[in-house]
Formats: sequence, C-alpha cells, structure tokens
Amino acid sequence: MKAIVTVVGKDRVGIIAGVCTALANFNVNVLDISQTVMQGYFTMMMATEVSQCTIPLGELVTKMDEMGKEMGLSIRVQREDIFEAMHRI
Amino acid sequence: MLNQKDILATLDMIHKQHLDIRTITMGISLLDCCDENLDACCAKIYRKITTRAKDLVKTGEEIEKEFGIPIVNKRISVTPISLVAAACKADSYVEIARTLDAAAKTCGVNFIGGFSALVQKGCTDSDWKLIRSIPQAMAATERVCASVNVGSTKAGINMDAVAEMGRILKQTAALTAHDDGLGCAKVVVFANAVEDNPFMAGAFHGVGEPECVLNVGVSGPGVVYHALQGVKGQPFDLVAETIKKTAFQVTRMGQLVGMEASRRLGVPFGIVDLSLAPTPAVGDSVARILEEMGLEVCGTHGTTAALALLNDAVKKGGVMASNHVGGLSGAFIPVSEDEGMIAAAESGVLCLDKLEAMTCVCSVGLDMIAVPGDTSAATISAIIADEAAIGMVNSKTTAVRIIPAPGKQVGDRVEMGGLLGSAPVMPVHQSASADFIARGGRIPAPLQSLKN
Repeated sequence: MKAIVTVVGKDRVGIIAGVCTALANFNVNVLDISQTVMQGYFTMMMATEVSQCTIPLGELVTKMDEMGKEMGLSIRVQREDIFEAMHRI
Repeated sequence: MLNQKDILATLDMIHKQHLDIRTITMGISLLDCCDENLDACCAKIYRKITTRAKDLVKTGEEIEKEFGIPIVNKRISVTPISLVAAACKADSYVEIARTLDAAAKTCGVNFIGGFSALVQKGCTDSDWKLIRSIPQAMAATERVCASVNVGSTKAGINMDAVAEMGRILKQTAALTAHDDGLGCAKVVVFANAVEDNPFMAGAFHGVGEPECVLNVGVSGPGVVYHALQGVKGQPFDLVAETIKKTAFQVTRMGQLVGMEASRRLGVPFGIVDLSLAPTPAVGDSVARILEEMGLEVCGTHGTTAALALLNDAVKKGGVMASNHVGGLSGAFIPVSEDEGMIAAAESGVLCLDKLEAMTCVCSVGLDMIAVPGDTSAATISAIIADEAAIGMVNSKTTAVRIIPAPGKQVGDRVEMGGLLGSAPVMPVHQSASADFIARGGRIPAPLQSLKN
C-alpha cells in the first residue's frame, strides 16, 4: 500500500532529514520525493510504501501530524488511492 | 508518480474548499423484526440495528484518517416503520421511535431515518398510526427522522395525507416550541421518494433494497464555486464543462470511500448520491455558485436557469465517476443550511415562490424553510400539495421540510444549530387555501405523454 506524505511550512534546516528519519523509524520506504518553494513556503511531496510500516496507518497519520506541529509544519499522510481516484480515469 | 499539481489540488479542495464526504449511510432492513407484541418488536429492532451497525462509526473514522478526507456524518436508515410495526397491537409508535433513538445513540450515529410511511395512493391503519405518532416521536427523540411519501407520478397525490401532514407539522412545531419547532426539521414530506437516499432527514431503507447496504452522499459546493472562479465571463458551455469535471473528481472520492467502507464492513455497496450538499459554513454554498455564474443575488431572474445547468452538469460529471448512482442526486437548496441562501432570503430577493420554481429543475424541494408560527395547517398543506404536484408531473423527487416556528414572525430568525443552520422566517401568501385542502381525496396520476 502506498501513501503520499505532504509537508508544507516555512523553510528551515533539516525538514527533509527530520521527516525521512521519522518515516525510517516506522519502516516506511520513501519511493520518490519532489520539493519546491512556493510563495515562501517549503512544499514537499513524497510517495512512500507503507505496507511494512510497524504501526497501523491511522497511527502513522497521528504521529506525523504531531511531529509536524512540533516542527511548525503541516505534515499529512494519506493513502495514494484518493489522489489516483480523483486525477486518473 | 502523481504530479505535484494534482496532489496540491486535492489538498486545497479538502482543506480550503470544504470538500468532504457528507455521509455514509447504512441501510438496514427491519422486515424480520415484525411482532404482535410492541415490546418484542422494539427489542428485535434494537438488537438488529446495534448488531449490524456496531462498527459503522469506527470504520468511518478509520477511513477518514487513512485517506485524509473528512466523513462528516455516519448514519443509519431503516425499513419504513409503518411496515415493520403493522403487525403490532399498539395505538402509537412513539415507543418504536424511542427504540430507534436509543439504537442510534448506542451506534454513535447522529441521525437515523425511516420513521416513515409510503402513502401515495392511500393509508393503511398502520400508516395513520405512524403519521399521528410523528409529533410526539419528534418531541421525544433527538436523532430520529421521519418522512411521509404523499404522492408519486404513478399514483397521483393523496390529498387526505397532505391535509393531515399540515396538521401534523403544526403539532410537531408546538410540541418542540421550546426549540423554535426544531422537530419539524426532522420531518420530510415527499413525492416520488427514493429507496436508497443516504441524506437526512428523508432517508429510509426501501423494500426493494437488500438486507443491509451502504450508500454514500458526497458534498462539494465549495469546490464547484472555486472552479467557476477560474472561468469568469466565459460562455455557459465552458461553465458546464468545468462543473462536470469537478463533479467527476468529487464523486470519484465518494465512490472510493464507499467501496472501502463496504469492504471493511462486509456490507454491499449501494450507490453514490451525486448531490451537491451545502453547509452553513462560508464557502460551502450552492447559492454562491449560482451567483458566481453572474447573478447579483440568488433568487433574482435567471436563477432557475443557472440551477438547471448546475444540476445537470453535476449529474453528467458524477455519473461516469461511480458505478452505481442513485439517491436524490441533484443540487440541494436548503435555505437554513446554506450561507448564501440565508443571505438571499434575508435580503428579500429569494422568496418562497422563486424557491418553488427552482425545485422544478433540481433536487429536492422546499427544504429547511421557516415560516411564521401563525401559518395555518391548511396553508402548509397547500404548500406541500404544490410541491408534490411539481414532483408528480415532472417525474422527479420533491420534498417539503418546513418549520412553522412558534411565536416567530417574518424578519425573525430560527436557530437550529450545527449542520441544520439558521433560517430567516419567510413570508407566505395570506389568502386562504383551506377550502381547497378540506376537499380531501386523491389527485389523479398525470398523463405521461402529450407533454407540454
């Protein structure tokens, strides 16, 4: 099962490192990353494989959200299906 | 991989444009709960609902979290109670309403629909008992919704039931006067009611439905409104195309969530209802979509045409996105639940007559409208008859959910709270319809050819 992780917030040192380390700790494999700075905001999107994740997806959503709040970022984890359904026929 | 633009577009829809799944509604057949003994019937009903729907809310919340899309309501609809209770030796069905309320609370759902009777051609003894139990049932319960189907294209309009419903709504308002007649917000009078509607207050689980089924209602006026801001001043061809594309995306999400919920609950997936359901939140309004098309205020000349286009385009876009479409499927125009409609009604531009015209081209009818508390039962019945006639002749569902707010006058406001919003009290015509309603009997079914 794949999930999309989106990170939005004010740019600073260590965002990618922090997010990737957290994901690695839960055994989530990062498949692809793209990032950009839009209107002064750091925006990163990651495609991840969460099948081997050590905690249920719902819990990962909460953990990453909490971590985001600590770092002053918005971190969202969502199943990839929702984006596929909306934008692909 | 998905491109960044698509991902951001979805996130904006959810977080900035109020996109959500409005409801996942589990339909449960109660036909096997019949019993001569009222208490035994209630016990069977309670057991069946709380068994079938025990995981509904939990599953909804899990999906919500994993997909990152809000599922605003989890609800239950049941077989029309007038059928289930017909065998009971009882004069009133209020006890059954209390049972439904208790079952809804146990399951954690905010509404349960199906305190209903289908009387388009005539009333059984049980139908009369149910209808006459409505005022007390609405006063005694919090989460139970009632509906009565008084007309259909094939049967005509049961004017005896229409006359009775005027009185029933007045009684319901009186019994819930301390809440401005809130009980009436949970009662819908239909023509051509559908069996698989997931939206409250009119949901019930029809007899043609399976044992248990899951239906989904999507929302998304905010998303359509936002998309239309990108085509300002463009011809209607482009407006329709834009709405279609947006409706497709919104519906695909409903389909996805419905399939997932159905798989996890082990319940067959029924339909996606393609309705655009507004909320009182700013930016989630159907009226504002119509205004975005170029109308100064919703309700002015041109509103019916704008709504016709919107309603049709939503269906065309949605129908390809889902493998089964059903329910009411159209744009809702509830006054109290739509910030733009409230503003339009308060400005005096949007009146009952225009709303009635709008219901000719969209789902569903005169919805969540507050009228003065001294409006007579006959006038309410006449409003119902007009609306049922529109449904009957046009082969579509129409409904009336009207609140004769006790003690309130035109210019006052009725506060319902939450998703039900607040309704400005709208004026009704003062000329009497009493002799018309007093006739009773049945308006014959209309001719379905020679259409003009």
